[in-house]
Amino acid sequence: MRENTIRYSIWSVLAMLLLVAAVKRENHFGRTNKTLGDTLDWPKSFGFGKKASAKQIAAWDIDISPDGKGLPAGEGNVSRGREIYALKCAACHGATGTEGPNDRLVAAPDSAGKSSGARRIKSIGNYWPYATTVFDYIRRAMPFNQPGSLTDQEVYSITAFLLNANGLWDDKNTLNAKNLPKVKMPAQDKFVPDDRIDGPEIK
Amino acid sequence: MNTTNDKNDSAGIRISRRNLLAGAAAATVVLVQTAQGKAFQAALTQAENMSDDPTKVPGVPPGTLGTRSAFEKPVKAPSDTSSRTPLQDLYGTITPSDLHYERHHGGVPAIDPAKYELVIHGMVDKPMVFTLADLKRFPSVSRTAFLECSGNYRGSNDGKLRPQEICGLVSQSEWTGVKLSTIFREVGVSPKASWFLAEGGDAAVMTRSVPVKKGFDDAIIAYAQNGEAVRPEQGYPARLFLPGWEGNASVKWLRRIELSDAPFMTREETSKYTETVAGGKIRQFSFTMDARSVITYPSYPAKVEAGWIEIRGIAWSGRGKIARVEVSTDAGKSWKTAALQEPILDKAITAFRHLWQWDGNPTEIMSRAVDETGYVQPFLKQLLAARGGNMGYHFNPITAWYVQKDGQVLFKAT
Repeated sequence: MRENTIRYSIWSVLAMLLLVAAVKRENHFGRTNKTLGDTLDWPKSFGFGKKASAKQIAAWDIDISPDGKGLPAGEGNVSRGREIYALKCAACHGATGTEGPNDRLVAAPDSAGKSSGARRIKSIGNYWPYATTVFDYIRRAMPFNQPGSLTDQEVYSITAFLLNANGLWDDKNTLNAKNLPKVKMPAQDKFVPDDRIDGPEIK
Repeated sequence: MNTTNDKNDSAGIRISRRNLLAGAAAATVVLVQTAQGKAFQAALTQAENMSDDPTKVPGVPPGTLGTRSAFEKPVKAPSDTSSRTPLQDLYGTITPSDLHYERHHGGVPAIDPAKYELVIHGMVDKPMVFTLADLKRFPSVSRTAFLECSGNYRGSNDGKLRPQEICGLVSQSEWTGVKLSTIFREVGVSPKASWFLAEGGDAAVMTRSVPVKKGFDDAIIAYAQNGEAVRPEQGYPARLFLPGWEGNASVKWLRRIELSDAPFMTREETSKYTETVAGGKIRQFSFTMDARSVITYPSYPAKVEAGWIEIRGIAWSGRGKIARVEVSTDAGKSWKTAALQEPILDKAITAFRHLWQWDGNPTEIMSRAVDETGYVQPFLKQLLAARGGNMGYHFNPITAWYVQKDGQVLFKAT
């Protein structure tokens, strides 16, 4: 038994040597497949994953930029928005968007400097720098218990209602992809990029 | 030599049966009959196996999962939107994964790893979709670093706050995954791209804009945490991890990355994770977490005795390594340099210690972190002065503890 094992091992080693020789010979004649090599150098591409189809990207690409890029077709109006708000938003944000219990949505623009305790009252009218963000956020995440359930038209209407409640939109106008990015938000000028730097300064 | 585990197991059963038949022992192993009539052993938990003399009762057999001692009950402190790490109950610098703080905006989603996909598109040569298995095939990296919510501060007047309440929105793990730069290289990010959007696959479909530079610098798409798959609360099956930066930007349950030449101005980075500073301005994209430290022992609710006390705590900085931690035991009148525990890692929690002989007189103890850039953790009043009297995100004041004559330790604002 042991003898057999040894004999078998010898044959295995011989076979391996022949194989190595064959591979070396192949290399010698320039038919090396370099991707089989061990290396610390990275290939230009690993080739993992697959190309994302336009359809797949479109299904997930729901973000809306401040310039309105990404806004869908359709339109909404304040009165329709008021109805939807009462039905789907008021329970968390209050009848007029000021009562809570969750985030306050409505405040007069001049209340930005007023404090509630040490924290400022933050609402769409006095703190949100871009109107497009209102649409983006409602569409992706609201209502909290049914996220992503609103139609584009409904989102336009709720956005119109909230902008109107904050004194930023006329209740006679319909809101759409063209005019939403043009709404000038009072807080926009207050935003500054982070200016803290490494080192001892406290900012 | 040929003994198999099965045989060991059956031997174990025989012994157990004898014990049971003799009525000799409180059962540590019970026999359960399967439908086929085959007996197998079911382990009792340690709690069920409690005995006055553990040397007189067989212990619990090997199990499929380890357990925490029944005597140890560290728990997170949850609210509606977050859950805080019990810093005062921990040792060293790694946060046990089940005690890592939580902060999410639409609850923890259940994501099937087999269906998980990450789409990366926008200003890239090759828009791609990667499965979890794809991500795991790329060259990997591991890194120990802290994660901290930028809203990590709470104070009170009655002093009854633990480190968990004050700053329990910080935790540390060893994160493993693929460098984002590796993925950027694979898809060919345009040299003109300056920002990318990171989007989560949770109910909030949470989004943040992140500078492309950070993506090339040290960002990770993490699929593992402390040696196992990332926990659901931390972004299973894959999350973005941005060392040293405010936690909100390290988007969990990462499903999409879009390269662009401008920030997207999402709700989180406009109406939420921004802070009012001096002059009524609102500071935006304040990613870096400033240096901070906290004494975790002694801290509320501990009560100490006069004599030798090892003051222990943790320090961290989003700007680099901790250079020094200073401790004061006389209400900030004088400071001494604490001992730091190696290894001192970049953008990682570092443990510090300081021996103190308390004479029993009421006093205040406190610590302040100094990082390698020279930043010194400020007092609360310094921060308020620098920010025009406003509180808000990125609040990292020195935390003081008032030690009463009876040894009771209470939080004190600085």
